[in-house]
Order: sequence, then structure tokens, then C-alpha cells
Amino acid sequence: MNRTSVRVFLSRAAGGYMFLATMLALMLLLVIASGLFVKAYPILKQSSLWSLLTGAVWAPIRGFFGFLPFISGTLWVTGIAIVLALPVSLLTGIYLSEYAPSSVRKIAFSALDILSGIPPVVYGAWGVLVVVPFIAEWVAPYFVEYSSGYSVLSAGIVLGIMIIPLLVSLFGEVFSTVPKEIRDSALSLGATSWQTTKKVVLKSSLPGIFAATVLAISRALGETIAVLMVCGNVVQIPASLLDAGYPLPALIANNYGEMASLPGYEAALMLAALILLGIVIVFNTLSRILLLRIGRKYALQP
Amino acid sequence: MIATSLSSVLLREEVSAPLELLHAPNMDAATLKVRNLNVHIGEQSILRDVHVHIPSHKITCIIGPSGCGKSTLLKTFNRLLETQPGARITGELLLNGENIYREGVEVIDVRKRMGLLSQRPCPLPMSVYENIAFGCRLHGTRGRRKVMRKVVHYLQATGLWDEVRDRLHTPASRLSIGQQQRLCLARGLAVEPEIILADEATSALDPISSRIIEDLFLRLRQQYTIIMVTHTLSQAVRIADHVIFMYLGRVVEEGPASEVLHHPKHKLTQEYLSGSFS
Amino acid sequence: MRLKLLEQKIFRILMIGASCLVLGVLLMIVYALLRRGLPALSWEMITTVPGGGFYLGKEGGLLNAIVGSLMIMAGATILSLALSVPVVMFLNLYLDKTSRLAYLVRLSFDVLLGVPSIVYGAFGFMVMVFLGLRASLTGGMIVVSLLIFPIMARAMDEVAAMFPKEMKEATLSLGATKFEMVRVVLRQIAPGIATACLLSVGRAIGDAAAVLFTAGYTDSIPTSPGQPAATLPLAIFFQLSSPVPQVQDRAYAAALILTIIVLVLSVLSRWFAHKYQKNKVS
Ligand SMILES: Nc1ncnc2c1ncn2[C@@H]1O[C@H](COP(=O)(O)OP(=O)(O)OP(=O)(O)O)[C@@H](O)[C@H]1O
Ligand SMILES: [Mg+2]
Repeated sequence: MNRTSVRVFLSRAAGGYMFLATMLALMLLLVIASGLFVKAYPILKQSSLWSLLTGAVWAPIRGFFGFLPFISGTLWVTGIAIVLALPVSLLTGIYLSEYAPSSVRKIAFSALDILSGIPPVVYGAWGVLVVVPFIAEWVAPYFVEYSSGYSVLSAGIVLGIMIIPLLVSLFGEVFSTVPKEIRDSALSLGATSWQTTKKVVLKSSLPGIFAATVLAISRALGETIAVLMVCGNVVQIPASLLDAGYPLPALIANNYGEMASLPGYEAALMLAALILLGIVIVFNTLSRILLLRIGRKYALQP
Repeated sequence: MIATSLSSVLLREEVSAPLELLHAPNMDAATLKVRNLNVHIGEQSILRDVHVHIPSHKITCIIGPSGCGKSTLLKTFNRLLETQPGARITGELLLNGENIYREGVEVIDVRKRMGLLSQRPCPLPMSVYENIAFGCRLHGTRGRRKVMRKVVHYLQATGLWDEVRDRLHTPASRLSIGQQQRLCLARGLAVEPEIILADEATSALDPISSRIIEDLFLRLRQQYTIIMVTHTLSQAVRIADHVIFMYLGRVVEEGPASEVLHHPKHKLTQEYLSGSFS
Repeated sequence: MRLKLLEQKIFRILMIGASCLVLGVLLMIVYALLRRGLPALSWEMITTVPGGGFYLGKEGGLLNAIVGSLMIMAGATILSLALSVPVVMFLNLYLDKTSRLAYLVRLSFDVLLGVPSIVYGAFGFMVMVFLGLRASLTGGMIVVSLLIFPIMARAMDEVAAMFPKEMKEATLSLGATKFEMVRVVLRQIAPGIATACLLSVGRAIGDAAAVLFTAGYTDSIPTSPGQPAATLPLAIFFQLSSPVPQVQDRAYAAALILTIIVLVLSVLSRWFAHKYQKNKVS
């Protein structure tokens, strides 16, 4: 072999290796999903997925694995978080991209950067320190006799704050896709600036707002440690904002240690992870496709 | 640092050795014949039925209005065009009688035999020294001393040595544009090609820098075959031995510079040269 | 018309109010952390490992967690680089821009990016049980590397896609193979790679869910890859569940340390990105 063929061979070999690495990366998702499925299979064999999802009784010792408390806990916490974060983020997003002077914008974006960088566990610690006592002492007494403060409301507040940076940055991207000419023409027709924002900017970016929200929901669904620290972790279907809840990620995180000890327990936890993965994949793909369709490069958000 | 000290050693020795010491091109080599070349990108036909003959040890200028396919033709010469998605190339390109599009010819060998100088100098993201050493090492020059000798040699050949001898290890992007272009030429020469392809190589340069490059080409003509695309007719008049005039993907007229530039036969060439269209 | 102006005014106030709220929340978090954590912060905390009775409020520090976190991050970054560099190079040098495979791989990055860290943790734990491994430094590194892989690959892919076409042509014209071109690309995007690393480390160092079962927890600094390793997020989490006030204070101090590390990483990555913009060879 002469030099050239050695070099060509090397390049091919390296290409082959890189191709393998790429395939590995591509398979990662599949491997995770199928691994979880294999582990969850025993419990799926015992009872139908539907009865597991809608079963309200969670008693691993007796072999009852109803996921409804956890699913409803997840829904409560995520729902509260979105309801709180959406208006704030939307208003902030509009203000920052349409009205704010550049100095304000600079400060606000730095603040959002910091917020998005704060680790979840720190949010959790802050929740324990501030939000939980606040709920227990200032909010709960008006509604119930006693609440420890560890509730789906606390978890929702903390989670809501955590997703604000993501929402604002996604909204900013969405608004930036609205061409400037459209705004100008609306303004020149005598619309007030708010009128323009409402009728032109918001209206034309509705699909983007929807997609961004779906993405934020999928991010919120999987948040573990911060929620776990403030949600109370009581296996029940929360009936009010001030009830404690027990979302799916918290279930997985809290019960790992003992999971091998009971038959079916491990399978149940793996099923929880699989459910979470499934929801997140569906939501994520949906929003990515929507965002791509409106011709946007999604924000690089960790 | 080692390279720097080596360079000072070499300076005292034999850096001023003539080009032949390092590279002795075959005097009969480097003719290029194009037969029936057709290029399509996607559905679009870019080059049609191109027949040209490029003589060795001459400067061949390709002229023609913008978009007529000059750059494309140049890129088919060193098989760079095939990296473009959707490009289809048919026809024959004979380098010293051997078809470079023949099955079994290694692309990297073809590219090595043709140095390409682009419109805008594009130094690699490395030091001045590394820019030249990179190509040398690819093609088998091993050992610091040997590499250093080549670096010094080709920097001298392009008249850059005196300007960069103290900055061999600074990033190449810090050189001036004219210096960068000469560095790119040195980099191209250092892999010891037979043909130099230059695509409007002086259009980004100031008049003095372009004159330097032109002079270099005139000197290099003795060892290489040079093909350059130019938009500056005066440049073609100054340095061309052979001229190819292209229009809408076809070669309209080809011949010795004295004929094509001064006594064009074809009406389109006459119009182009008289400035009726650009 | 007056109604319209009123509406405009109201919404203006609402918008400014919302922005102030966001800023206010940040200030509240910072204030609460500083107030509770700063008094407990001491030199001892970052230079010693937990002593006897540490979890009852006696002397000792969190060096074990700090070092553990840094070790896991370093290992995970190297592992993740080892996977993402070949993948990104393959996507950008060996595949066309229009390639279906490239599209699919990039889509999978996006989906992986959204997978919750607890799922990575659960998966990692499952594999470790399957292989008969204990929670260890290695386990933590592997799972965290999975977690940061999509972040790193995406960030790197973005800069690699900006590798100038002219430079690609210049490199090929010298007779380089695609593989030999990798070196040039890596040189050109080196600052981008550094930014990608800092970005993913900043995200991963604060993540507790992935290391919860895979890295374990210990009071000493691990001396071999098979030993469990403490991490900062878990140090915060565990100490916070203690009933002893001093221990809780330390949790807040640890939270402060973690936040500072993350912020420094974020500022660094921004600085790199900025520098990169200025020095780019185009
Ligand atoms: N990637 C491509 N896809 C489709 N068409 C292309 C592509 N690249 C070049 N072309 C077309 O090929 C024709 C020739 O282009 P080329 O760059 O060779 O022209 P040129 O003679 O070098 O022009 P100029 O003097 O402006 O550099 C042009 O009409 C151009 O639009
Ligand atoms: Mg051109």
C-alpha cells in the first residue's frame, strides 16, 4: 500500500468509527426506552396499562400499584406552574421584545440567565426556606385549619419560577419572527402600540406561543428534586391547592433504595419512568415540529 | 520555540537554496486537456461541452462575464466541485494524458497536484508556520527540520519570509490581507503541485499586493502551469500567455493571448473586450 | 379611543409589573440564600471533609462533595466529548447538509435534551444493577455524561455548522482527506467546544436526580473509580432534611457555593462565546 491508499483507508476507517458513534447516539433514546420497557414488563403483564394508570390504590406490599395519585400529583403541580408562569412570562416576553429600552432589556436578560442557571436543588432549598412557610403562615390559614405548607401549591410556585426563563426566551424568539413591516403598517394605520401588539404580534405568534408552552410543560413534568423537596410526598389524589401531592419523578427518586425488596416494585418504578419518558417525548416532538413549522430555530436552552 | 531556533540555524545554512533543490518539476508535465465537459448542479446546466487545452508552463487566463462558469470550471479541475451536493460532472479531464475522473484515481492525489488559490485569502486557523507545515505533513514530509526547511523555502519563494520571520508562530489571521494571500500561495506551493489554480486571486487585494502576486506568477511560470480567473482585463493583458473566454457556460474562444486579446475572432469576445457588457 | 388608551396603560403597567416580579423573585432568592447561607459559610466548609458528628452540627466541611462533584463533572465531560466530537464531525464533514440521517440525529438530540434527568438516573441505575455495579464515581460519570451529551452535541453542532465553506475548500484543495480536515475544524471551533463544555457542566453540576442513585454518597474523598462519591446537590438535599438547625444552615451555605460555581461557569461560557465572535477566522 502506498501513502495515499493508507490515508484514504484511515479516513474511511475514521468515518466508519464516527458512523458507529452516531448510530450509538441515535440508538440512545431507543435503548433507554426499551430498557425501561423490559424492566417494566412484569407489571404490565399482570395488569393492563389502563388499570395501572387509573388505579387509585398504591400499596406495594399488597401488590397494588395504582398510578393515579402520582399522575394527578404531576398534573396538579405542572398545571399550577404553567398557570402561574404563563401570564408572567408572556407579559415579560412582550415587554422585553416590544417595549423595553435596551438597558432594561440587558438587565432583564442577565437576570433571566441567572435564574435559568440556578440549580434545581437550590430552588428546592429556597422553596423550603421561603415558599413553604409563606404558604403555611400566610395563605393556608384563610382556607384550611392546618397546612404544613408542603403542598402542590408550593411545588407549583417553585416550578413556575423555574420555567419562567425558558418561557421568556422562547417567547422572545417567537415574537422576533414577526416581521417589522407588519407592525409598522399597523402603527401607521393609527393603532396604538398595544393594539398592534395584541392584534398583530400576539395573533400571528399564537402557534409559537402554544409550542413554547408545550415545550415548557414537558420540561416541567420531569423536574424532580426541587418539586420533591416542597410537595409533601403524600400518596393521595390532591383535592385542593393546599393538599400535599406526590408527582411521578418524586416517586421514582424517593423509592429507589427499597425497590429491589418487593416483587413488582422495581417494575412499577420503571413503568413510572417509562410513562414520564413517553409523555416528554410526545410533548417535545410535538412542540419541536410546531416550532420548526413556523420556521424558527429553537432557542438553545439547557 | 524549537522551530524558531531551527529557522535561525537554517538561515545561516542554505535557506537561499534554489527552488529546484526541493522540487524539480517534470519539464513535460502539467498539461491539461478538457474534452466534452458538462456540469450540472441539480437540474441546472452550468457548463456545456467545454473543450480546452491548457499548455504547460504558461499562464492561462480565463475571462468572461460574471456567472459564466469560470469558478465552476476551475473547481472541476481539482475535483472540488464534486463536494457540492447535486453536482454531476461528465466528460474527460486529462492531466498529462490521464483522465482524472477515471475510476480508481484518488481524489486527494488529484487535489495535491493542483494548488487552489481562492478569491479571498483563507488562512487555516493556525499559526503562519503551521499553515504551511500542515500541507507538507499531509503529503509525507516528516521531521521538524525538513518541514522547517520547506516552510522557510516557500515563504521565501512568495517573498513573505522577511515580513513574517519573527512571527512564524502568531496566528495567520493576524497578517494583512495581501500577506495572507501570499501565505495561501506558499501553502499551496508547499504541497508541490504541478498546476496552480487561482480564482480572482488578486481581487481582494490592494494594487501593490496584487502586483506582487502577479510578479510571483510570472516567476513561477517557469516551474508550474498556471490557470487564473480574472475580471481585470489589464491584468490579463499584463500576464496572460493563453486566454480562454467563456460565456454562459460555454467556451467561446481560446488561444494565445496575443490573438484572443488583441484580435478576437468571435463577436461576443469583441463585445466583452470592448466593454459592451461586463 | 379613550378606552383603547386605558387598555394600553393597564397592559403597560401589567407588563412592567411582570418584569419587575421576575427581577424581584431573583432578588428574593439571592437575598434568602445570602442571609441564611453566608453566616454558615466558612473556610472550613470548603477545605475539610465531614468530621465526626458533622450531621449533628459538629465540625467538618463539604470538601468531599465539592471534590466529588468536580470529579464527576470532569469525567462526564471527557466521556461526553469522546462521544459528541465524533458524532458532530460525522454530521458536519461526512454527511451532506440535506442528509436524512443528519436530520434524524439532530431531532434525536432535541428529544434527548428534553428527557428528564430522573429518567437518565433510573436508566443508569437499572444498567448498573444489571451489571452488578455499586453506586460509584464511575456510575455517576457515565450517567451524567449521558445527561450532558445532547446539550454538548447540540451546542457543538451549531458552531461546527458555521465552519466556513471557503476554509473547507481550502483544506480539501491541499489534498486533505475528510479525516485530516477534522483537525482544522477542531482548531477553528475550539472556543465553541469550550463554550459547549462549560454550558453543559454548568447544567449538570447542579443536577441531583441523575446522581442520586448512581454516584451514591460518602463522607470521604473517593480514591478509586469504584468508590461512591458525594456531590454538592445531594449534600444540600441531605443536610436540608436534617432537623438540626446548624446542619440546615450549612445546606444553605452549600447552596450558595453551588450557585456561585454555576454562575462562574455561566459567565465563563458567555465570555468564551463573546471572545469567539470577535476572533473568528472567517
Ligand atoms: N451550488 C450551485 N447551485 C446552483 N447553481 C450554481 C451553484 N453554484 C454556482 N451556480 C451557478 O453556476 C453559474 C456559474 O457560477 P460560477 O461561480 O462558476 O460563475 P463565475 O463565472 O465564477 O462568476 P463570477 O465571475 O461572478 O465569480 C452561475 O450561474 C451560478 O448561479
Ligand atoms: Mg467566480
